[in-house]
Amino acid sequence: MRFGLTALVLTAAFGAGILAVLGASPLEAYRLIVIGAVGRPERVAFVLAAWAPILLCAAGLLFTFAAGLWNIGIEGQVIFGAVFATGALRALEHTGPPWITVLLAGLAAILGGGVWGLLAGALRAYGNVNEIFGGLGLNFIAGSLTVYLVLGPWARPGIASTSGTLPFPQTVWLPTLTIPPVAAPTEILLGVAAMGVAAAALRGTYFGLHLLAIGKSLRAAHLRGIPTTREVLRAFAACGGLAGLAGFVLVTGAYSRHQLFPLISGGNGFLAILVVLLAGYSAGAGILISGVFAAISMGSLQLPLAMQLDSSMGGVIQSALVLLIILLRGVQARVVHREGVSRSPL
Amino acid sequence: MILAAAVVAASPPIIFAVLGETIAEKSGVINLSLDGLLLLTAMAGFAAARAADSLLVGMATAMAVGALVGLVVAVASLALRQNQVATGFVLMLLCQNLAYVLGTPVAHVPGPQVPHSPIPLLQQVPIVGPVLFRQDALVYLSFAAAAAVWWYVFKTRPGLMLRGAGEQPAAAVARGVDVVRLRYLYAMAGGALVGLGGAAFSLAVKPGWSRPYGIEGTGWIALAIVIFGNWDPLRAVAGAYLFVLLQTLATVLQSLMPHVPTQVFPTLPFPLMILALLLVTLGNSEWTHRVLRRLPAAARRRVLRALRALEASPPAALGVPLEPRE
Repeated sequence: MRFGLTALVLTAAFGAGILAVLGASPLEAYRLIVIGAVGRPERVAFVLAAWAPILLCAAGLLFTFAAGLWNIGIEGQVIFGAVFATGALRALEHTGPPWITVLLAGLAAILGGGVWGLLAGALRAYGNVNEIFGGLGLNFIAGSLTVYLVLGPWARPGIASTSGTLPFPQTVWLPTLTIPPVAAPTEILLGVAAMGVAAAALRGTYFGLHLLAIGKSLRAAHLRGIPTTREVLRAFAACGGLAGLAGFVLVTGAYSRHQLFPLISGGNGFLAILVVLLAGYSAGAGILISGVFAAISMGSLQLPLAMQLDSSMGGVIQSALVLLIILLRGVQARVVHREGVSRSPL
Repeated sequence: MILAAAVVAASPPIIFAVLGETIAEKSGVINLSLDGLLLLTAMAGFAAARAADSLLVGMATAMAVGALVGLVVAVASLALRQNQVATGFVLMLLCQNLAYVLGTPVAHVPGPQVPHSPIPLLQQVPIVGPVLFRQDALVYLSFAAAAAVWWYVFKTRPGLMLRGAGEQPAAAVARGVDVVRLRYLYAMAGGALVGLGGAAFSLAVKPGWSRPYGIEGTGWIALAIVIFGNWDPLRAVAGAYLFVLLQTLATVLQSLMPHVPTQVFPTLPFPLMILALLLVTLGNSEWTHRVLRRLPAAARRRVLRALRALEASPPAALGVPLEPRE
C-alpha cells in the first residue's frame, strides 16, 4: 500500500472532475458519502453488514488467485449460495429449533456455491474453457435461475413480482451484537475469520503451497508431482463455498432483506476481486480495504436522494482507485527496478 | 426473411465490437474492458450526438473514448508491465460505473437516430435486397468493415506485421518491426472500433440511453465470439450473426411461451456461449486426449479430426509482455 495516499488524492481529483462535469459540488458529494457511511450508529451497522459478504468473497478469491485463476464466476457462486440457503430455510422453516435451521442453511449455501464454483473449475480443468468466460456464462445462468425461482416456484402467495420471495421471519435472522451505540451484525466475525483462515492456509498448508506453485507455473507444478487438476478443482470449490456463504449472509443477515431476489449478489463478488487485486495475499490489507469499499458503497447510496447523482459514483471511486494503484505500481517498477515484469495477477 | 432482415439490422454493434477486439488481440493486447466500454461509448456517443445534433460527432466521440481506453490498456501493459487481465477487468467496472454516473442527464430523453436508407437499385433484388440493402448506413458500414479488416489482416504487408506482433514478437522485432508501437496503434484502433459499436447501439439499434441500458453482458459475449471466431475476422462476424440470431429467436420464443418469465429469455445465449467455447477448446485439453486414448484408433482419429476443425488457438503472444531487450 505504498501508493495509497497518492492514489487516494488522485482518485479524489478524478472523481471531482467527473462531478464537476455534471455540475455537482465534489465536496458536498464526498461529505454525503462520509456521513452516509458513518454519520449515525445505524449507518455504521449497515457498513458492517455490507463488509461481511465482501470479506467472505475476498477470502475465497485468495485460493483461486493463488493458483493464477480469475474466478469471475464468483457472482454466480454468491447467487447459488443464496438460492441454496433460501431453499433450505423454506424446507426447514417450521421444523426443529431455528438455530439448527440457520446452521443447515449456511451449510447448504456452502454446498451450492461450491458446486457452482466446481462447475467453472471443471470447465477449465477438463474442457480447457477459459475460467473468465465459463464463469461469466455461469453468472448469467445463475441470475436467470433466481428470476425464475422468484417468479415461479418460490413466488409470494398471491403476487408474483421480481421484488423477491416472501421475507423470512426474525427467528432465522443472524443475531446482532450490541456494542453501544452500534448493533453490530455478527456475520462480520465470520468474514474476518474467513479472511484470516484463508490467508493462513495459503502459507501453512500443502493445499495453499500447491496453489501458489500452480500459480507460478502450472506445468512446472505438474512435473514436480503436484496433482494440479485436483488442486485447481479444490481451489474453485473452496472459493465457491466461501462465496456461497456470502450469499447465505445476504439472505439471513440482520440488516439484509431476508429474502431471495434477482441480482442478490449485488456486485459483491466483483468488488472482492478489486479488493484482492489491491491487497494481494495479506489478510490485514484485505480486511481494511474491503471495509473502506463497503463504506464507500453504503455512503454513495445517499447521492441519488440528496443530489440526484447516480449511486454508481461509489463504483467510479472504487474502480478508479484500483486502476490508479495498478498504474502507480507500474510506474514505480519502471523507475526503481526497470525489469519488474508482472505476470501474475497479484 | 423478416427474421433475417431483423438479424442484419441488429448486428452492427456486435460486429464492430468483435472486429475491434480481434484487431487488438491479433497484435497481442487483450482489452477485457469491453462490457463496460460498450456501455460508456454508447452513452458518450448518444450524449455527444445530442449535444452537437450531429450523428458524426456522436460516432467520433464514441470512437475517441474507445481509443482512449485502448490506450490505457496498452500503456498499463506495454509501458508499465501490468497484467492485462487485471487492468481490463478494473477498466470494465470503471467504464460501466462512469456510464451510469455521467449518463444521468441524457437518460430517457429523445435524440438523433441513424435514418433508414435503402440503397436504390440493390434493394429491388429478390430476397437479398430486403435483407441486406433496406437497412441503415451503419449496417452497410459493418459489411464494409468486416471485409476491410479481413483483407487488411490477411492480405496486406501491415497486416502481416500486425500478425507478427501477436504471434512472433521476438522475430518481428529482429526484422526491424517496432512491435511496441504497433501494439499501441492496434489497441487504440481496436478500441475505436469497439467505440463505434457502442455508438451503433445508442444511435441505431437501441436508440437513446437509460440505466440499466439493457446491453449489459453483450461485451462479454463479444469477447467470447472473438475466441469462437478463432481470431479470424470473418469467422468472428459469422459468430456475431449467430449470436444476434439466437437473441432474436429468444424474443420470438418469448412470445410463443408467455408463461415463462420474460427475464429468462435474454440469458439463453449464455449457456450456448459456454457450450460453443467448450467445443472450440476441447481439442486443446489434455484431459480430452487422455480420455480419447481409451477409444479404438479409428474412432479416436475421427473425433480428433472433428475437434481440430473446430479448434481455436489464440495468437501465441496474446497477453504476454514483450521481454525488454538487454
